[in-house]
Amino acid sequence: MSALLETRHLTRQFGGLRAIGDLSLSVNKGEILGVIGPNGAGKTTFFNLLTGIYPPSSGDILFNGGSIAGLRPSEIARLGVARTFQNIRLFRQLSVLENVRIAYDSRLVYSPVEALLRTPNARARERESINASMELLELFELGPMAGDLAGDLSYGSQRRLEIVRALALNPSLLLLDEPAAGMNPSEAMQLLDFLKWVHGKFSLTIVLIEHHMQMVMALCDRIEVIEFGVRIAGGTPDEVKANPRVIEAYLGVEGELP
Amino acid sequence: MGAKSRYLPAVLLIAGFVASVMVPSTGLVNDYLQFVLMSVAINAILCVSLNLVNGWMGEFSVGHAGFMALGAYASAVLTVKLFPGAPPLLLFPAAVLIGGAVAGVAGIPIGILSFKTRGDYLAIITLAFLMIVKSGLENIPYTGGPRGMLGIPRLTTVAWAYFWCVVAFWVIRNLVYSKYGRGIAAIREDEIAAEAMGVPTRSAKLVAFVTSSFFAGVAGALFAHQLQFINPSSFDILKSTEILVMVYLGGVASLGGSLLGAGVVTILTQCLQPLGTWRMVVLPALLVLLMLFRPGGIMGYRDWAWLKPRLSPKPRPKNEDGQQPEKGEVSP
Repeated sequence: MSALLETRHLTRQFGGLRAIGDLSLSVNKGEILGVIGPNGAGKTTFFNLLTGIYPPSSGDILFNGGSIAGLRPSEIARLGVARTFQNIRLFRQLSVLENVRIAYDSRLVYSPVEALLRTPNARARERESINASMELLELFELGPMAGDLAGDLSYGSQRRLEIVRALALNPSLLLLDEPAAGMNPSEAMQLLDFLKWVHGKFSLTIVLIEHHMQMVMALCDRIEVIEFGVRIAGGTPDEVKANPRVIEAYLGVEGELP
Repeated sequence: MGAKSRYLPAVLLIAGFVASVMVPSTGLVNDYLQFVLMSVAINAILCVSLNLVNGWMGEFSVGHAGFMALGAYASAVLTVKLFPGAPPLLLFPAAVLIGGAVAGVAGIPIGILSFKTRGDYLAIITLAFLMIVKSGLENIPYTGGPRGMLGIPRLTTVAWAYFWCVVAFWVIRNLVYSKYGRGIAAIREDEIAAEAMGVPTRSAKLVAFVTSSFFAGVAGALFAHQLQFINPSSFDILKSTEILVMVYLGGVASLGGSLLGAGVVTILTQCLQPLGTWRMVVLPALLVLLMLFRPGGIMGYRDWAWLKPRLSPKPRPKNEDGQQPEKGEVSP
C-alpha cells in the first residue's frame, strides 16, 4: 500500500497556541481513515491545513508524492482533495445544480474572454457541465431538486449535497468533517452504508473526522487519535479501542469506549 | 420553447437598434425625450456594471463614480485635446473603448486589494479610491482642474447609448452565466467554501472588478459626450449613491433588475422635477420602503427568462417529475 497523503512534522501555531504539533501520519490509497479526539483536539485545524485554508507553521504535507503545503485552497482542490465542512457551507442562495456546477467548473477549460463572448467552445463546456452535474445529482437522488435553492433543502439533503458537491471535483481524497453531526443513531448507520457505497463507487480514499464512535469503528480501516494537536494513538479500530491512552483521553480514568 | 421565442430577443434587439438610429430623424421624439432615453441607457450600463460587484459578488463598492470619471476624462481628452478634428464615427467608438480601458485598468488595483479585504473594509477602500480620483482630477491643470472640461463634442446619440447598453448587458450576462460568474456568486455565498471547491477566488475577483470598472468607464465616456461638460464634482459620492440606489431598487444580482432600477430612477427623477429639490426626498423614501418589504430590490436574485442565455442540455431521459432540467430555470 502506498501513501496518498503524508504529513511530516506538521505544526500550526495560533499565537501562543499550538493547535497542531509535530503531526506525522500517512493515509494509504483506498483506505478509510478515521480521525478522532476530544473536542478542541485540533481535528478541524488538521483538515484546514490539508486543504490550504491555513498554511502550516512548519512541516510538510505531501499529496501524491508532491508537497502541497502553502498552495492556495483552490489549487489543492484542483489536485484532487475535496472536503465537506463541520457546519455545512453550501452556497445557500444558489440552486442545487449550481452548487454542484461550481465544483465541476474546475474541470472546465475556457478563458475569461471566451466566457465574455460566449464562444461556441464556452457554450459546449457549459452544456457538458450541466449534463455531468445533473447526472451526479440524479445518482444521489437530488435530481428533482436541482432547481431549488440549496438553503431550502432539508438538513439531511444539505449534508448529501455537500458530499455531491465535493465529488464533482473528481477528487481522489475526500475529507469529511463530522458527516454524522446532528444525526440520530439510525440515521448515522444509514450514513455508514451510504459512505461505504460512495467509497467504492468513486474509488476514493476517505479521511473522516467523527464523534459517532459506533460509526467510526464500523466504517474505518484505521483510526488516528489526536489530543491537544498531538497524535496519541493509531491503529485498527480494535487496537484503538483497547488503547489505555485513548481511553484516558476520552474518559479521564479507566473505562471502555462504547 | 419554440423557435419563435428563441429568436424573439434578437429580433427585438435589432428592431430597437434600427428605431434608435431612426428616432432623431423622424422628429417624433423631441430633444428632451432623447436626452432621457440616453440617460436611461447610460444609467443602465452603470447599474448593471456596479451590480456585478455589489450584487453578484456581494461586495459593497461606493467607488463606481470614480471609474466613471476616469472613462469620462480619458475619452474627453481624446475627443477634445488629442484628436479634435477626427471623423466622429471613428473617433467616438475608439474614445469610448479607451475610456473603458482606462477605467478597467484602474479596476485592477482595487481587485487586488479585495483579495485581502472584504465587506465594510473594502467599501472604505473604494471610498478612498473615489476621493483619490476626484482630488487627483482637481489637481490636473491639463483637464481644467476643478473647473473641468468644457466644449466636449456632442457625440452621444440615442443609437450609441443603446448600442453600448446592449453590449454591456450582453457581456455581463455572458459573464454571470459562465463558470467565472458562478465563481463570483460562490464568493458572495461563502468564500472559504468557494476556494475549497476549486474556485480561484482571486482571478474571479479581478475579472469582476475589471469588467465592472470597464463598463463604468464606457458609461462615463457616453455621459461626457452627452452633457458636453464634465468636472470632478460630477463624479462625487452623490453620483455613486445614485447608482447604488438604482442597483438596490431594481434588484441585486439581476440583469432585469438593473434595467428596471435605472429606468425607474431616471424617469422618476424627471417626472418629479416639479417638486424641485423635494424630489430628492421621494426616492430615498422609496428605498426605505423597499428595504423594509423587499430587501433584495424589485428583482433581487431573479431574472426574466428572455435575459438569460438559452442553453438547453442535450436531450436526456426525463426525471421522476417529468421535468426537463433546464439552465433557463436556474437563477444566477
